[in-house]
Amino acid sequence: MQESLLKVRNLRTTFQIGEKKLCAVDGINLNIKYAGTNAIVGESGCGKSVTLLSILRLIQTPPGRIDAKQILFEGRNLLRLSEKEMREIRGNEIAMIFQEPMSSLNPVFKVGDQIIEAITLHQDVNRREAMDRAIEMLRLVRIPDPEKRLQDYPHQMSGGMRQRVMIAMALSCHPKLLLADEPTTALDVSIQAQILELIRQLKHDLGMAILLVTHDLAVVAELAQRTVVMYSGKIMEEADVFSIFSSPLHPYTEGLLKSMPRLDEEVKQLHVIEGFVPDAISFPEGCRFHPRCTYATDECKEIEPILRQIAPGHLVACHIAEKRVRDAD
Amino acid sequence: MQAWRKIFGKKLICFGGGIILILILGAVLADVFITYPPHSQALRDRLLPPGQGGHLLGTDEFGRDLWSRIVYGSRVSIKVSFISVGIALSFGTLLGLISGYFGARLDMFLGRVVDIMMAFPPLLLALLIVASLGASLTNAMVAIGITLIPRFYRVVRASTLLVRERAFVLAAKALGRSNIGIMLRHILPNVLSPILVAVSLAMGNAILTEAELSFLGLGVQPPTPSWGSIVASGKEYLDSAPWISGIGGLVIMIVVLGFNLLGDGLRDLLDPKLKT
Repeated sequence: MQESLLKVRNLRTTFQIGEKKLCAVDGINLNIKYAGTNAIVGESGCGKSVTLLSILRLIQTPPGRIDAKQILFEGRNLLRLSEKEMREIRGNEIAMIFQEPMSSLNPVFKVGDQIIEAITLHQDVNRREAMDRAIEMLRLVRIPDPEKRLQDYPHQMSGGMRQRVMIAMALSCHPKLLLADEPTTALDVSIQAQILELIRQLKHDLGMAILLVTHDLAVVAELAQRTVVMYSGKIMEEADVFSIFSSPLHPYTEGLLKSMPRLDEEVKQLHVIEGFVPDAISFPEGCRFHPRCTYATDECKEIEPILRQIAPGHLVACHIAEKRVRDAD
Repeated sequence: MQAWRKIFGKKLICFGGGIILILILGAVLADVFITYPPHSQALRDRLLPPGQGGHLLGTDEFGRDLWSRIVYGSRVSIKVSFISVGIALSFGTLLGLISGYFGARLDMFLGRVVDIMMAFPPLLLALLIVASLGASLTNAMVAIGITLIPRFYRVVRASTLLVRERAFVLAAKALGRSNIGIMLRHILPNVLSPILVAVSLAMGNAILTEAELSFLGLGVQPPTPSWGSIVASGKEYLDSAPWISGIGGLVIMIVVLGFNLLGDGLRDLLDPKLKT
C-alpha cells in the first residue's frame, strides 16, 4: 500500500465579494500517492483551478479564504505553515504549470535567465552551475539547441516551446508533485500530443506525482490513473480512469463522455448537456446538477447527495446512481 | 537596428532630444562655450544689448556677459533636474510599487498622503519646504523632488496594478518567489516604459520650478547664475534692457519644451507597445 503524498481533507475555498460569498470549492477530498497521476475533470468554473491554487496557497486572501480540515503534504499540514515555509515548498517540492505559456513567462527577460532564476531560488549554486542545469533541463524537455535557446526571449519562441520552458522551470528542482493547470489547452492539437508525451516521460523518469486539471477527457485518458469529476465546487464522481470511461455512474460524467466528439462514430448532432453551470453565489437546492440532469427525481431536488463509495475504488455523489447499483445487486 | 529607426523616426523625439542634447553639451562643456567668465563684472559695460562689444547676448546690470551666464546656468538646471527627479523617482517608485502590489489599507493610507501632497499647488509646496529648510540649491532640489513624488507614485501604482494581474507574476509566486522579489524582478522592469515618459516630463517641470524658486530668491544663491535668477535680475530693467529677462525666459521655455516634446514622443513610441 503506497503512502499518500498529498491528502486534502474537506477543502473549502470561498471569496468574499462585497456582501456576497462565492464558494468556488466546497468540500473536496483528494488523495494522491507518490508517483501517482490524478486528474480533476470539469467544465470551466467548476473550481478545479482554484483547487490547485488552494493547495499551494496562491489564493489572494482577502478576498479569498481557504478552509480545510487539513492539506497534508508528506505529513505536513500546508495550512499551518508560515509564508516563508510555503515559499520553500513552492517550485521546490510542489511545482505548478499554467495554461497560457505566453503570459506565464516574463516578456522582458531571456528564457535562460528565468530558468536560472527558478534554479537559484531553491538551490545553492553559482551562476555557472545554474546555467549548466538550465541547459540540462532544456534538454530534458527536448528543446533542440538548448545553449542557443537560453538566449531567446519568450516572444521569439513558439507556444509549444514556451510550454516546454515552463515545464523545465517547474521541474528544475525535481519536485515530488506537479500541479498542472490545463497545460495543453492553449496549444495546437499536435503540440498537445507532444507535450502530453513529454509529461508522461518526465513523470516516469523523475518519479513525480501529477495532479492534472483539465476539461478535456482525452487528456485524462492519456495520462491519468485516477480521476475526479468536479461540478460546481463539489466532486461528483471519483474512480480509476478505466472505470470512469467504461462505466460512468454519475449522469454528469455520462453526459461529458457522450459529448466527446469521436472519430470512429458518425453523429448527426453532437450531444449536449442542457443548461448552464450555476452561479457560484447561489447554488440550486439539493443536488447541484439536478437542473441539468435527465434523470432527476424529487429526492434530487431536495436532498444533496453525499459522495459515497458504491463499488470498489469508485465513489459517486448521486441518488440515482446509488439506486441503480442497489437495484443491480 | 529596427529599434533605432523607430526612435529617430519620431520627430518629437528627435526635436525634443536635440534640444536636450544641446543643453547637456552646454552644461558639460560649458567652459568651452563661454566667451567671458560668467562672474566677472565690468561696470563700464553694463546693460549692453546683444551683439555689442563682443557680447553675444549682451550684458546684465553688472556688466556680466549674458551668454556665458546662460551657459553656466544650464549646469544648475541640469543638476537640479537630475537630482530632484532622481529623488522623486526613487521614492515615488518605491511607494507606488508597494501601494499597487499590496493594496488594501497600505494603499489607502499612502494614497491619502499623496493626495494631501497633491492638494498643494506645486510651487507653493516647494516654497513651504524651502522656507522651512532655508534657501539654498540643495534645499531647493529636495523641495522640488518632494513635489514631484506624487506623479511617479501614481504612474507606478497604476502600472503595478496592471502588471500584478499578469500570469507570470502568479507563475513566479508558484516558483517560490517572495513578494519583494516579485516586485523588483517581475513588476518593476515591466513598468519602466511609463516611468521613462514621466521622467522626461518631470525634468521640464523641475527646471521650471527651480527657475521660479530662484526668481524668488529661494533657490540658487548669487553669484551662481541660474536662469531663474537671471530673469529676476532683469526685472528692474524691462524697459531699458529687456533682453536680460527676455532671453532668460526664452531659454527656460525652450528647454522645458524640449523635455515635453521628448516625453510626448517617448509616450507615443512606448504606449502602444505597452498594450501588447
